[in-house]
Amino acid sequence: MQADRISIGQFLSRRSGGKRVNTADALTYLYLTVGTILMFGPVLWLVASSFKTQAGLVKYPPPLLPYQQVQVDVEGFDKPLPLYTVTGEDGTVSELAQVRRVGIEAQMVDPAEPDAEPIKVNIRQREPVEEVKLAWENYFDPLIELENFDFFTYLKNSVLVTTFATAITLVINSMAAFALSKYRFKGRDAIFVLFISTLMIPITVILVPVFLVITSIGWKNNLWGVIIPGAATPTGIFLLRQYMLTIPDELLDAARIDGASEWHIYWRIILPLARPALAVLAIFSVMWRWNDFLWPLIVLSQNDYFTLQVGLNAFQGELQIQWHYVLAMTVVTLLPITLVFAFLQRFITTGIATTGMK
Amino acid sequence: MRFLSILEPLTRPLLLLLVTAIDGILKPIQQRIGVNKMGYFFVLPNLLIFGIFVLFPMLLNFYYAMTGGTKLFPADRPFVGLDNFATLFDCENFSQPNSCQEDLFWRGIFNTIQFVIFQVSGIVLFSLITALVLNRNIVARGFFRSVFFYPVLLSPVVVALIWKWILQHEGVLNAILEIFGGESMRWLLDTNWAMFWVVFVSVWALMGFYTLILLAGLQSIPPELYEASSIDGANTWQDFRFVTMPLLMPTMFVVLVLSLIRAVQMFDQIFVLTGGGPGTRTQLMVQYIYTTGFSNQIQLFGLSAAASMVLGVSLLILTLLQLRLGNQSSLA
Repeated sequence: MQADRISIGQFLSRRSGGKRVNTADALTYLYLTVGTILMFGPVLWLVASSFKTQAGLVKYPPPLLPYQQVQVDVEGFDKPLPLYTVTGEDGTVSELAQVRRVGIEAQMVDPAEPDAEPIKVNIRQREPVEEVKLAWENYFDPLIELENFDFFTYLKNSVLVTTFATAITLVINSMAAFALSKYRFKGRDAIFVLFISTLMIPITVILVPVFLVITSIGWKNNLWGVIIPGAATPTGIFLLRQYMLTIPDELLDAARIDGASEWHIYWRIILPLARPALAVLAIFSVMWRWNDFLWPLIVLSQNDYFTLQVGLNAFQGELQIQWHYVLAMTVVTLLPITLVFAFLQRFITTGIATTGMK
Repeated sequence: MRFLSILEPLTRPLLLLLVTAIDGILKPIQQRIGVNKMGYFFVLPNLLIFGIFVLFPMLLNFYYAMTGGTKLFPADRPFVGLDNFATLFDCENFSQPNSCQEDLFWRGIFNTIQFVIFQVSGIVLFSLITALVLNRNIVARGFFRSVFFYPVLLSPVVVALIWKWILQHEGVLNAILEIFGGESMRWLLDTNWAMFWVVFVSVWALMGFYTLILLAGLQSIPPELYEASSIDGANTWQDFRFVTMPLLMPTMFVVLVLSLIRAVQMFDQIFVLTGGGPGTRTQLMVQYIYTTGFSNQIQLFGLSAAASMVLGVSLLILTLLQLRLGNQSSLA
């Protein structure tokens, strides 16, 4: 009994409890805290920065939250005026709105008494009054008026590429996986080996000839040129075939006896049963296509056909980086993937853990 | 996936029609060739796309590597034999990229080697530590696992922009450093620091993926083994050294090989983050292939293809090494 208790105690102490392990626990949580800050902090910083105005972004050191100067409406002035805290010569503090600035002198007016004579104040005596306010215009301006950044077009292109490519990949990969797992025909194993052997050969190795093929078909500056070349993924075939091998052949034979055609079997039996594997592949494919960069960069050279990633890269590569827009559009670009992750997290993590692929 | 069901009344009849039509075409074929040969039909679409966009280009790449000029179409390209390779390997002293005709290529190779060594060790080290930590009895394990995994999903462009913003001269990193009395730097324009940050950012972005694989490996170790070792009086370090490590070795090997193969192909993140700079300090092999063939004014497709074959051969060697060592480690 006693021995039992000790061994169980030791077993538990490997992870928690016990004197020696307390330091280990402390280190564990320290690591997790630092890790969380390092992994998540940069993304949060991006989001916080994306809500700052252009003027707010050049402030150094950068404030943590997006501040904007308070603007007040003053009677007799068309536009709202910026508000300042003014410290007078005698040490009195008052909040005044600035009418205009001439050199180092600012003409200020008390918002409470708009009709009074403007007060002249040295600009060193005034401090802007600020409040936390989100600069939503960073998000909305690019939708309408930005010249070199046609956000809607890029978004549309990215969505088109992602959906069509994923649909095509799912259909042709599942058909091929079905053939390779459930039929005996000459050359089957050779075809399988051929597919799988390219698992480690990325498109980077064959850029030039694939570009020739695309150009010959007339798919340069065409979304099909982005969609089709990567559709026959070896990863998908491998994943689906492994899964379909677990579907019993008897099921198919029974269907055949009932007079089902092969296509019918594929559509009515194999696809529904392979749904978990298809879901994993679908998530992977969405991730691959949404984030794809090098190949779209080569195929698409005209602004109208850019995907979000290519468009964002071109936009941030301009001589004067308009950070306030770049940051906001970066947030928009990472949003869909973040949502997918939030909802389908379990699928993604188990999918990667079981296949070892991404 | 629930929200997709809204579309069902719309897509269902269309799909049904399509499926029935395909069935109508296929039935007579099936009667003609028999059930087993239908396999050819099912494998055909994938095989076709694979053949046109992977297999054929792979063969054509050899031809490109052996032709010169700036024309894209093979018929317009003069045959030059192994000239492209001779150009790439034209070096007085292979340890000095400056003495090479294609100095950018050699710089790319040296930078890639350096990048691969640091990035892969960083990934293996940190994903192992993180997996070990996540495998302990901690609260909110799912949350922490997600935190470390989340950057994996971000696109390379997004990752690069996030860090470009942090690392710029008026960025938050310099501000934090100054609070602690440090000196602000132009991190990405500094020859010594640029490579560090390029490695750091890619470890940051990718380690969650390998952590997940290692975590799966750790969790597949049967708890009875730890029970047995604790009966034998093993301490934490001995647990790790004699139970965890040997059983985790195959998974570690997978992580090592996968991260190696991906590190050799690194491109997009660095391209957006530093553009290969300062100068050519962070320009890797794939960027050389891209610039030579596609973004330079004069597009040297032959040279680009030849360089891509050098890349392909290095990947092949890595893959073969994996098969070789993988077999050995599974035998041992």
